[in-house]
Amino acid sequence: MIISCPHCGPRDSSEFYFRGEATPTRPEYDAGTAAATGYVYGRINPAGPQKEHWYHAAACRSWLLVERDTRTHKFLSVTLASEQGR
Amino acid sequence: MERQHYSLFTLARQALTGHRGWQPAWRDAAPQDRYDVVVIGGGGHGLATAYYLAKIFGVTSVAVIEKGWIGGGNAGRNTTIIRSNYLLPGNIPFYEHSLKLWEGLEQDLNYNAMVSQRGILNLCHSDEQRDAFERRGNAMRLHGVDADLLGPAEVRRMAPFLDFDNARFPIFGGLLQKRAGTARHDGVVWGFARAASDRGVDIIQNCEVTGFVRDPSGRVTGVETSRGKILAGKVGMAVAGNTSRVASFADLRLPIESHVLQAFVSEGLKPVIPGVITFGAGHFYISQSDKGGLVFGGDLDGYNSYAQRGNLPIVEDVCEEAMAIMPMVGRARVLRSWGGIMDMTLDGSPIIDRTPVPGLYLNGGWCYGGFKATPASGWCFAHLLARDAPHPVAAHYRLDRFASGQLLDEKGAGAQANLQ
Ligand SMILES: Cc1cc2nc3c(=O)[nH]c(=O)nc-3n(C[C@H](O)[C@H](O)[C@H](O)COP(=O)(O)OP(=O)(O)OC[C@H]3O[C@@H](n4cnc5c(N)ncnc54)[C@H](O)[C@@H]3O)c2cc1C
Ligand SMILES: [Zn+2]
Repeated sequence: MIISCPHCGPRDSSEFYFRGEATPTRPEYDAGTAAATGYVYGRINPAGPQKEHWYHAAACRSWLLVERDTRTHKFLSVTLASEQGR
Repeated sequence: MERQHYSLFTLARQALTGHRGWQPAWRDAAPQDRYDVVVIGGGGHGLATAYYLAKIFGVTSVAVIEKGWIGGGNAGRNTTIIRSNYLLPGNIPFYEHSLKLWEGLEQDLNYNAMVSQRGILNLCHSDEQRDAFERRGNAMRLHGVDADLLGPAEVRRMAPFLDFDNARFPIFGGLLQKRAGTARHDGVVWGFARAASDRGVDIIQNCEVTGFVRDPSGRVTGVETSRGKILAGKVGMAVAGNTSRVASFADLRLPIESHVLQAFVSEGLKPVIPGVITFGAGHFYISQSDKGGLVFGGDLDGYNSYAQRGNLPIVEDVCEEAMAIMPMVGRARVLRSWGGIMDMTLDGSPIIDRTPVPGLYLNGGWCYGGFKATPASGWCFAHLLARDAPHPVAAHYRLDRFASGQLLDEKGAGAQANLQ
């Protein structure tokens, strides 16, 4: 897989670290156990487009917000997580 | 259909009559309107569940529903290692139950599953790792499971071809489980299918589950499929890499991610590798099939995937690890590689439990270790479906352990699926 980093251009996926799906957001600290458990352990795990975080560890060290199809490994979009406030 | 018993005598008789008298091993059934139990997924686990439901628990109105052909999922893609060398008290009795079932499986099923107890040797490469292996071996022995801690000289006698004096990964010894080994993966599927079919189970292929039938109270009372609606007293999911997908039809969000795991086989060679050998300084394992091919693999690719194929960085990684531990394999050519979709849980252990939805039961989260679990998983899931209570050896495989904090994390890796 080739990932097009907004800073570094197209680079081999082995330069990146995969963090996981980016859709769930951290609940408020007093949201309760069920909300916290859902956030830490619940996964949507879609077969199809998934928003996810990758970290460009071997180069610019930016967190990326990526949309990728889990059925084909096709990258649909790559943006900087910081620009999305995530 | 009259059951055809397999024996040396049957084989001799067939040989004398030109092998024209063999019957299909199992019935390819069409769906009926209703069953007491519908099991989704015709992999090893689904078929074993159906078999033990009929044989041990007396439930014979059972259908196994498979979207493709039986054994086309992970059951036909794995590297066939069976073992019970676990550390945690929640895991050891389950995997040992499974290994004991493997030991009698062929007689029980009247089918050659090519179970071969050729042993598994986990190599260690530091003092700390040897201590950890000693602890694991002792935990196994306390549970009545065989384990032997070997020093470098004993390992050298077993496998002289290893790179013992590797500057970075010297071999300090290994943990050996002699009763571990391999089995023929699709033979296991066909054996369970044949034995289940003989006891009246309907095996329905090319039938994809696309939704659940629910009554007004929300209870699951059947499945919607590509071949119409099928009603059921209870529905069990055993769909491995597709667990999240099928569970989403009932609006369940599970502690599971689907990841791709690759495997490789070399050209056929004369016997060189005595059993299963694993490299302790990375993630690499290898055995040799009866046909002579070296069967090996390593880590997950590391990102969510439903594609059933992986990428090149892992190919490179696996080959580098092979060279680090047994340079002799460098001259063998890789014949094939493939991938399967692992249902990775967030603590690396499986789930066999009821779901919050009445009538719907879950068997999943096998990560990359579910082949060895096939008989016990079927047995325990059948127990749960028939009696509505967990089997004692699977009692820790609860779905709510993630909320209660009673995780079964063999590796101590935390809630990160690709590290399990
Ligand atoms: C490369 C690789 C190596 C492995 N090596 C080992 C090993 O050495 N030892 C070990 O113990 N384990 C190993 N595993 C893991 C093991 O293969 C799995 O954990 C185990 O096979 C999963 O259970 P199963 O056989 O029931 O799964 P599967 O065979 O995947 O069965 C699930 C079935 O469900 C069907 N299905 C899915 N969705 C639907 C639907 N909507 N409707 C109807 N049917 C559906 C699928 O088509 C599939 O046939 C390995 C896996 C892989 C991929
Ligand atoms: Zn970059």
